Amino acid sequence: MKTLKEAHVNDTVKVKKIHGNSLVKRRIMDMGITRGTEIYIRKVAPLGDPVQIMVRNYELSIRKGDAEMVEVE
Amino acid sequence: MSVKIALAGNPNSGKTTLFNALTGSNQFVGNWPGVTVEKKTGRIRKSIDGDGAELVDLPGIYSLSPYTLEEVVARDYILDNKPDAVIDIIDGSNLERNLYLTTQLLELGIPVVIAVNMMDVVKKNGDRLDTAALSKKLGCEIAEISALKGEGTDILAEKAVKAAKAGRYELPEHSFGGSVEHALAHIEEAVLHDMPEKQQRFYAIKLFERDEKIRKKLGLDEKTIAHIEEDIEKCEKELDDDSESIITNERYIYVASVVGDCYVKKNKGRLSTTDKIDRVLTNRWLALPIFAAVMFLVYYISITTVGAWVTGWTNDTLFGSIVPGGVGAFLDAVNCAPWLSSLILDGMIGGVGAVLGFVPQMFVLFAFLAFLEACGYMARVAFIMDRIFRRFGLSGKSFIPILIGTGCGVPGVMASRTIENERDRRMTVMTTTFIPCGAKIPVIALIAGAIFNGEWWVAPSAYFLGITAIIVSGIILKKTKMFAGEPAPFVMELPAYHWPTAANVLRSMWERGWSFIKKAGTVILLATVFIWFVSSYGIVDGRIAMVDDMSDGFLADIGMVLAWLFVPLGFGDWKSAVATFTGLVAKENVVGTFGILYGYGSVADNGSQIWTSLAAAWTPAAAYSFLVFNLLCAPCFAAIGAIRREMNSGKWTWFAIGYQTVFAYCSALMIYNLSRFVAGGIFNAWTAAAIVIAAIMVCLLVRPERKYGNGRLSAETAEAGR
Repeated sequence: MKTLKEAHVNDTVKVKKIHGNSLVKRRIMDMGITRGTEIYIRKVAPLGDPVQIMVRNYELSIRKGDAEMVEVE
Repeated sequence: MSVKIALAGNPNSGKTTLFNALTGSNQFVGNWPGVTVEKKTGRIRKSIDGDGAELVDLPGIYSLSPYTLEEVVARDYILDNKPDAVIDIIDGSNLERNLYLTTQLLELGIPVVIAVNMMDVVKKNGDRLDTAALSKKLGCEIAEISALKGEGTDILAEKAVKAAKAGRYELPEHSFGGSVEHALAHIEEAVLHDMPEKQQRFYAIKLFERDEKIRKKLGLDEKTIAHIEEDIEKCEKELDDDSESIITNERYIYVASVVGDCYVKKNKGRLSTTDKIDRVLTNRWLALPIFAAVMFLVYYISITTVGAWVTGWTNDTLFGSIVPGGVGAFLDAVNCAPWLSSLILDGMIGGVGAVLGFVPQMFVLFAFLAFLEACGYMARVAFIMDRIFRRFGLSGKSFIPILIGTGCGVPGVMASRTIENERDRRMTVMTTTFIPCGAKIPVIALIAGAIFNGEWWVAPSAYFLGITAIIVSGIILKKTKMFAGEPAPFVMELPAYHWPTAANVLRSMWERGWSFIKKAGTVILLATVFIWFVSSYGIVDGRIAMVDDMSDGFLADIGMVLAWLFVPLGFGDWKSAVATFTGLVAKENVVGTFGILYGYGSVADNGSQIWTSLAAAWTPAAAYSFLVFNLLCAPCFAAIGAIRREMNSGKWTWFAIGYQTVFAYCSALMIYNLSRFVAGGIFNAWTAAAIVIAAIMVCLLVRPERKYGNGRLSAETAEAGR
């Protein structure tokens, strides 16, 4: 299963499913990361984490640990 | 007839700017009851048809779920206080995510007027937004505005007030997929048929999502809940997802289709100005040095140059000679009684003046912070620093308050307002003052000079101590019941950069500064008067009268009573106790008080005159222990006032102060006794106590994190963190 965590900078991926059942999942979805959404990985923070992605036309910062919940293709 | 209008919208959508534009100076800033979330209310300054309108600024939210404090506050306000209309401000260049909230607002049964902001950005990008079509699709009025430029806000106000007065509400079109609509219809039929039609959909959706607060509110019985469960589970199985996710998905599908019909994007994938700036500011190599440079500049200008100059003038000239001189002359002229004169001059003016002295410094700092926050850079700071702070259960945003606290704890504590999660906010407020502030430097210099011959390691060790205290506290507190729970999601928007208006920056600066002066001012005034009283008065010949020498007054009596408390810490003499006590007014007073107590009217900043006296009174271990205690214990009254302001709760303020003082006491005790044991082999009951405390601390640090609930999402777990 490929997740958002494994995606590389400059990749564009599509969300397949968001796993888990927690506050983070809810927050991730509220921010627009839902099934079928396109995500562009723009960069990684200087210290290696979090990751900056573009989703639905705006920039979002998400921790790699949370990105693991997002299954992509 | 006056109407009540609520202002809702995403963070970074220009809501604050719009609120300011609509209300002008007719606004009032406070807190939502019982929580640390800021509440702003005001009156729309342009009167519409001769009627007024009250505007309530709801917290910036992305959604109306019951999980974060801000969302709960916003939702409860709309449902319980029933405003006459809601203005939903959306960022036109960021439509989909903003409309996600809109779809939820439209279900609440209250007329909604949409304000599309940042139309200028949309046009500049060459994109097109058909607001008429959008208005038709969503079934509500739309006004195009540019809050920053103040354009379109009058028309918006008119439309909003009109909608509020007309009170017309249209049920939004049924927009979800077939099986979901089916389930919702079932729920409405089974449970909600008695409710007014315009509210049914909202409650049906909430019940579908298993919203516990709504379930409780409706008082559903077991049988009904089980009945609904059937429908919900059927849907969940069919769509292979949990009900909340299903609704979120459906909303976004609907939003995407609406946007697809109304918005035409010109250039796909072109780098915006913001992206270009970020290539430098969050660049892998440049980001940290640039950040260091920015903070250095802010600090340098506000505290070291402008700040220090203005503070110096305020302290020495304004409150040193002008005010006391003028007031003194007046009091003499009216033949004021000496005790009253002393109360006013030494007690109130002296004490309060000392604190107000650093207000100018604060204002400059606040102006800078407001600018950095408003332009969007602060989000980048949190983005860069997050990794470090995450280890201690905090997020990148906790870094700023601590950094500012190295200059002064008061703006440091107030800077914690930018932290969204309330638990993190409270924890940051509690630990920010551990880092030595500017006022503690004289104390450090005093100890370093008097006892340690000015050795180089004393000062850095103080900062190291502060940082360690913050980290240790963060880890320990995070594991306690009141701070534990689901980690705050760090999913943060990085808003587009924009140049904030001077008006906004100044207003923000004024707001923070003034609110501090007001709230903290009361605390400080009362406290200073108290200290003045106990240092000027004592028992003379069996009566209460003024004393010339502080050593004869009540303060000295208090000192002698408290002195025994400090015996385990090595400085159990009344002079040290008194000095510590006066440190509550302002930490630098510690030096001055020692000066007075050892017979000097006034001393140098680092108290060089009394070095020999102190060296005679203390052993090195005792001296360092004194330093530790004063560095870590409760901060000065001004900072306590700031803590009170941010915590918005007496209980929490006492808890914070109590925690800090206990932490300081334990730390000093451990350091004093363990160093005596290690260096001199002295072992007594207190050494044993020190070892026990150290053991307890280690336990608290390494114990496993408690899992609350079963890790599942629940409104109660989230609220337990309040």
